[in-house]
Amino acid sequence: MSNTAVSVTGLSKCYRLGTTQAQDGSLAGALTRGLRRLIGGQPASSQPPDTLWALRDVSFEIKKGEVFGVIGTNGSGKSTLLKILSRVTEPTKGRALIHGRFCGLLEVGTGFHPELTGRDNVFMSGAILGMKRQEIARKFDEIVAFAEVEQFIDTPVKHYSSGMYVRLGFSVLAHMDPDILIVDEVLAVGDVRFQKKCMGKMEDVGQHGRTVILVSHDMSAITRMCSRAILLNKGEILQAGPAHEVVNHYLHAGHIQPVVEWPDPIQAPGNDVARLRAVRVKSEAGQVSDVIDIRKPMRVEIEYDILKPGQMVVAQFGFNTEEDVIAFIVNDRDPVWYRRPRPVGRYVSTAWIPGNFLSEGTMVVGGGIFSEDPWHEHCDVPRAVGFRVVDPGTGDTARGDVTGRWEGVVRPLLRWTTEHRSLEQGTTSQYGYDCSSLG
Amino acid sequence: MAVLVIEPRTGYVQVGWRELWAARELLYFLAWRDLKTRYAQTAIGAGWALMQPLLSTLIFTLVFGYLAKVPSDGLPYPIFAFAAILPWSLFARSLERSTLSVVTEGGLIKKVYFPRLIIPIAATFINLVDFAVGLLILIGMMAWYQQVPQWTVLLLPLFMSVALLTALSVSLWLSALNVKYRDVASVVPLMTQLWMFASPVLYPASLVPESLRWYYGLNPMAGVIEGFRWALLGKTAPDWAMVAVSLAVVALLLIGGVMFFRRVERTFADLI
Repeated sequence: MSNTAVSVTGLSKCYRLGTTQAQDGSLAGALTRGLRRLIGGQPASSQPPDTLWALRDVSFEIKKGEVFGVIGTNGSGKSTLLKILSRVTEPTKGRALIHGRFCGLLEVGTGFHPELTGRDNVFMSGAILGMKRQEIARKFDEIVAFAEVEQFIDTPVKHYSSGMYVRLGFSVLAHMDPDILIVDEVLAVGDVRFQKKCMGKMEDVGQHGRTVILVSHDMSAITRMCSRAILLNKGEILQAGPAHEVVNHYLHAGHIQPVVEWPDPIQAPGNDVARLRAVRVKSEAGQVSDVIDIRKPMRVEIEYDILKPGQMVVAQFGFNTEEDVIAFIVNDRDPVWYRRPRPVGRYVSTAWIPGNFLSEGTMVVGGGIFSEDPWHEHCDVPRAVGFRVVDPGTGDTARGDVTGRWEGVVRPLLRWTTEHRSLEQGTTSQYGYDCSSLG
Repeated sequence: MAVLVIEPRTGYVQVGWRELWAARELLYFLAWRDLKTRYAQTAIGAGWALMQPLLSTLIFTLVFGYLAKVPSDGLPYPIFAFAAILPWSLFARSLERSTLSVVTEGGLIKKVYFPRLIIPIAATFINLVDFAVGLLILIGMMAWYQQVPQWTVLLLPLFMSVALLTALSVSLWLSALNVKYRDVASVVPLMTQLWMFASPVLYPASLVPESLRWYYGLNPMAGVIEGFRWALLGKTAPDWAMVAVSLAVVALLLIGGVMFFRRVERTFADLI
């Protein structure tokens, strides 16, 4: 038996635009066209119909037990690919082979009816997803417990909060025990705690040798969970490979590298005092790297030539996020050279950035050489280099066990301390609680 | 492990009996859901299911039985009419509901795969519930008019099934067409209304000239209604040649309908 779970070859999907428009889609239109053809007049429509290739010649293979990411902008073909794999729509060309029980979830709560109770909907939704009634009955308690809606299981779901609705919907799916599970942005819903629970459930699924296809806009989720990924663009695979590389490619769109060098001194940015020769992102050990483990210290170095003696200069780095928000700006404070005139020569200044400090995601770094007193810019190259900070999801970072989106341009792992003492007698009653119910 | 092949279908498409059979529980659940939700938040609930055939019978009795004095094969007109309105309602409601079913379930079709044939089938079969309730009333009426059923009543399920299959066979075409041409939804009520007058609901088939009987049988509901009335009330045996023509028409429509439906169902998700 092969160890392939999904194998896709040359998959293409063509949509004819405008077929649902009034002129083409109405019965009258079809009848008149048919009549004209019968009578033998000229063809009713001489212009070819507009077509859109939502997916074009896509091929990839997913191994059993792999967590596979699919990324791309809106309209890149992600949804179309999902729809084809879950057999909602048919490809125009190509084929996909799926080994094992397959479950696609294009929306949480598929098959839910607002008037039905939670209990009824579990059975309804389960049946639509292909579960047998006995199977649903057997897992029913587990499903309800996972969704944490025990109290409301006999209430029509139209009275559910959106959180409860989503939890119940996901729970049905999660208990299907598919060999291959497709999840589309589902984890972007629900509160953080439930997201973590879903992730845990999916990891469970992964550990049982099952395969997960994760479609998401959340790049950190993709890098954290997936081993490999594909990047779709206008229906075609732009890149395939290890998840962090593909994510990197997606975010940088090929413009930002961990190294920039100016080998030709004439071309190098600068003036008659200083010339910039290189900026490099390196790991703690000194390897040039565009992916940095959030826990590990790293360094950014700037290499420059001083052409005029006796100048007091400093190197400067500006760290920006992907969205061009300035995270921080640092000037060279190396005590050996600070406020000291420099002789002519080649310098390499390195800024050391501690681990557990930067936020996950892309950092874009600009580098420059300045004189501080009086302020004078010798050279400044914004967006010179970039790198990506990834959280390995090991739980020993500032993120801890949280899996969802996390804002902020920095994410320090701070020292926390706690003081604890018991509440004085009678204090709890001020909150309107009975002391014993606090547990 | 089973390998699922996803590729464009061309030419003749298999019916997929095995897949359909495997999804029989879904059929049950869809019907059950419709039943549970249909009368949610209504005051008289399933009473509405009875209102329509009862009121029709009342009006037809007044207009056709009392005023127009339409012959009724020697039966009291109310029971003559109701014994036809019952299978006719089963047919007409099934046809209407089933025709709209694919578009109504668009949300599901666009989100998850299951054998699409289940949808019109479920929308047809669910009407058996209303039919069963109506049948109870009919039994009451028969007792009132002291009509004792003959052995022919055993054939009732047969005619009932043909009524359902007729509805299904037509709605397979229409429900699939309705996905692309929403005009169908507007055409169907008109169609069922005209169709009713082309069927022996309000009048006995014996009113139709002998020479035209064969053509009359091209309407499958003609044989069904006549047969149904005969099975229950045992007055005039239907013209068996006519019934045979009806059955043949249903069989052809059904086979064609399944093939047509299977052929176009792959475009449903893209068009809804």
